[in-house]
Amino acid sequence: MIERTPVLDFITQTILVLSLVALLMPLWVVFVAASHDYQTVNQVPMPLWPGSHLFENLSAAWAAGNFDRVMLNSVIVAVGVTAGKICIAALSAFSIVYFSYRLRMLLFWLIFITLMLPLEVRIVPTYAVAANALGPFEAILNAIGISIRLPEWNLLNSYSGLILPLVATATGTFLYRQFFMTIPDELAEAAKMDGSGPLRFFFEVLLPLSKTNMAALATIMFVWSWNQYLWPLLIVTDHANYATATMQLQKVVPGPLFGAPPIWNTAMAANLIVLTPPVLVTILLQRWFVRGLISTDK
Amino acid sequence: MEKRVTFSNTWLAAALILPQMLLVFVFFYWPTGEALYWAFTLERPFGGGNEWVGLYNFEGVFGDPKYWSSVRVSMIFAIAATVLSLVIAVLMALFVDRRLPGHQVYKFTFFLPYALAAPAVGLAFRFIFSPDAGFVSAINQFFPGLWNPALDGFDALLLIILAQAWSLVGYNFIFFLAALQSIPRTMSEAGAMDGAGVMRRMWDLQLPLITPTLFFLIVINITDSFVNSFGIVDITTGGGPARATDLMVYKIYTDGFQGKDYSLAAAQSIVLMVLIVALTFIQFRFIERRVHYT
Repeated sequence: MIERTPVLDFITQTILVLSLVALLMPLWVVFVAASHDYQTVNQVPMPLWPGSHLFENLSAAWAAGNFDRVMLNSVIVAVGVTAGKICIAALSAFSIVYFSYRLRMLLFWLIFITLMLPLEVRIVPTYAVAANALGPFEAILNAIGISIRLPEWNLLNSYSGLILPLVATATGTFLYRQFFMTIPDELAEAAKMDGSGPLRFFFEVLLPLSKTNMAALATIMFVWSWNQYLWPLLIVTDHANYATATMQLQKVVPGPLFGAPPIWNTAMAANLIVLTPPVLVTILLQRWFVRGLISTDK
Repeated sequence: MEKRVTFSNTWLAAALILPQMLLVFVFFYWPTGEALYWAFTLERPFGGGNEWVGLYNFEGVFGDPKYWSSVRVSMIFAIAATVLSLVIAVLMALFVDRRLPGHQVYKFTFFLPYALAAPAVGLAFRFIFSPDAGFVSAINQFFPGLWNPALDGFDALLLIILAQAWSLVGYNFIFFLAALQSIPRTMSEAGAMDGAGVMRRMWDLQLPLITPTLFFLIVINITDSFVNSFGIVDITTGGGPARATDLMVYKIYTDGFQGKDYSLAAAQSIVLMVLIVALTFIQFRFIERRVHYT
């Protein structure tokens, strides 16, 4: 540092250590509570040191929450949403940046405005659409005079229902667009001169260049889609087959705050199971995660 | 803005953007339109389509004291959680940016809360703050009945505010730290040469320089508190006790899916949508134009 300030340095370090403890406390409590038996976990105040029942609590929670199936579902959904978002974002940004047609700015704004319509504010009608995803097309065709009955495509209780509504991405498209804008024109010129078509240019020049972007976007989107809660809760009624990990948290505690007290040690073990994958991803891929966070802004 | 070199195959361009446009149309624009339609109509009791009722649903929403209490609770929740998490995050970022020994540790750990799903945060906080287990209930041994979020609305609201603030601190911290680190070191050094101490430099130099980030985060945090709080409320309080934590999104959910009143829920969605659009608009227009110091 620039100057010597021993007292202030001491205060700084103390505050930082205290806030670190406060910040990690809830995570530690989840872990500790998951490692005690029923009697110990209900003591007030609860012990601060882990006990010896971690694995039996974990296996009890694993069985109670049907996590064999549920973890698989969550992985499928998170990977599906992440991959879908990246593909769609890269393709549409490519179309907007590297082709010249009249509608492209309008289309870009149509995508961008969806930022203002988060899922939570349109849950009720989105749910209705998901019950019959071809409904909008049928209504439009009927409105312009073509009387037709499209087959019903019900997205409730299906992987496509869990994945598709979450795939459309304004931030991803925006990120890719910004990135493509920074790529020098000479690259496209050279590719054209060498006789490469747009697709070849996309796959052999743009995609390899955007690996960093892709990694950053992928980490952030994986965590985001793993943590989705409201949408799966609505669209899944067949809990045995399509429940996702976060949904199971609602099952391990009886109703909101009232009624019988939850069995805290298995509830916390279930919480530990659910929160471990995203936490691991952020720790292991930390560099990408932070970069993705700052560049997507949301 | 424009690329000098472009490809001219319009059909290919259309095919590339088609998947995104289909998703956006089916899952964003159509539902939004439908919400508007439902907000101004009522379903006939014996079927046969919807009936145009004008502002009837909005009158129902705005004439309902329960709705206003939900708005009030949402405001308190959003503002309190935002202020709390921003203040803690900016303090931590300022101190970490002093780069004393060990500061790398904080960079790697402070953002962890952000990785947790809202219901996971809710469940952890519900345990820690539960009236008959965990930690906080220890004060009930000395003052019986002092802390009980299951019965006391204030306690319940405090519980979800703390949970939301905790889950946002890490996110805010990352942005503040990135902003602080983009300030040239020479500026701090010049300040020090002129005799400004550490605290003085923080207050008069670093804080003014990160105001754009601060304003950006205020909007993001408030929007997040309005929108993403569902998971926390659903796991901890379920809107109770006596609607003390009935946030707007949660009310839409209960009215729409448990009360099955689509028109009422749609009208509330429209109000919330207007609010979010206004916030986003402020973020894009006002903040990016007015607050610019570099």
